[in-house]
Amino acid sequence: MILINYFARYREQLNLGGEKLPLTDSLRTIEDVRRLLMARGELWRQVLGENNLMCALNQELCHPDRVIEDFDEIAFFPPVTGG
Amino acid sequence: MTVRVQREVFDITQLIDSLQANDPGVGAVVNFVGYVRDINLGEAVAGLFLEHYPGMTERSLQKIIDNARARWPLRAVQIVHRIGPLSISEPIVFVGVSSPHRQAAFEACAFIMDYLKTDAPFWKREDVAGGARWVDARDSDRSAVERWAEAQQQVAIQHARA
Repeated sequence: MILINYFARYREQLNLGGEKLPLTDSLRTIEDVRRLLMARGELWRQVLGENNLMCALNQELCHPDRVIEDFDEIAFFPPVTGG
Repeated sequence: MTVRVQREVFDITQLIDSLQANDPGVGAVVNFVGYVRDINLGEAVAGLFLEHYPGMTERSLQKIIDNARARWPLRAVQIVHRIGPLSISEPIVFVGVSSPHRQAAFEACAFIMDYLKTDAPFWKREDVAGGARWVDARDSDRSAVERWAEAQQQVAIQHARA
């Protein structure tokens, strides 16, 4: 099982703050998870297909090619705008 | 406490004092305070809402501090960032550092603020006449952190030549 969080504009557009997904054999990296989610339909394809999308693995910024493990916490969000 | 994420307003004078308190090794204190501006991209802003990623926020700020400490001889470092609803002219963020000398303090404060802008998971939603809109990241924030990476590379090259 993996935990996926969505923040800010993505959370609003997807109308979802987070969800759990079973970690199947086809999901090796964060990019695999993103592609699986984008296959859900046009809205998901648009939001998670943005080229400046940021992602985090276990609360650290990372590249989408990072390999995931069971019980990992993944997050997808638009570029940050604090400060 | 070095990193704080809070809804409440912060006391700037107290934070500045804390950077030097009981430390005779401090020769310089530099701080930055960010405020909610009334106009963004030509539109009047009535207020802001700041969302963040609890847990990751604190970790990312701590990592930025660790990286700054690896680069400059710093004494104390303080970051306070507000979340939730904020009105015009309210302070959003405080970054303060102390060091034996001013150059390190100036540079480290700018470094921390630059990385906070690109790496810390905060998002601003503005209230404007047409409703609420999520603020887009600026390319200039990205180029601000790139200059630190370039500076680091220059140092590495000079060391290699020496």
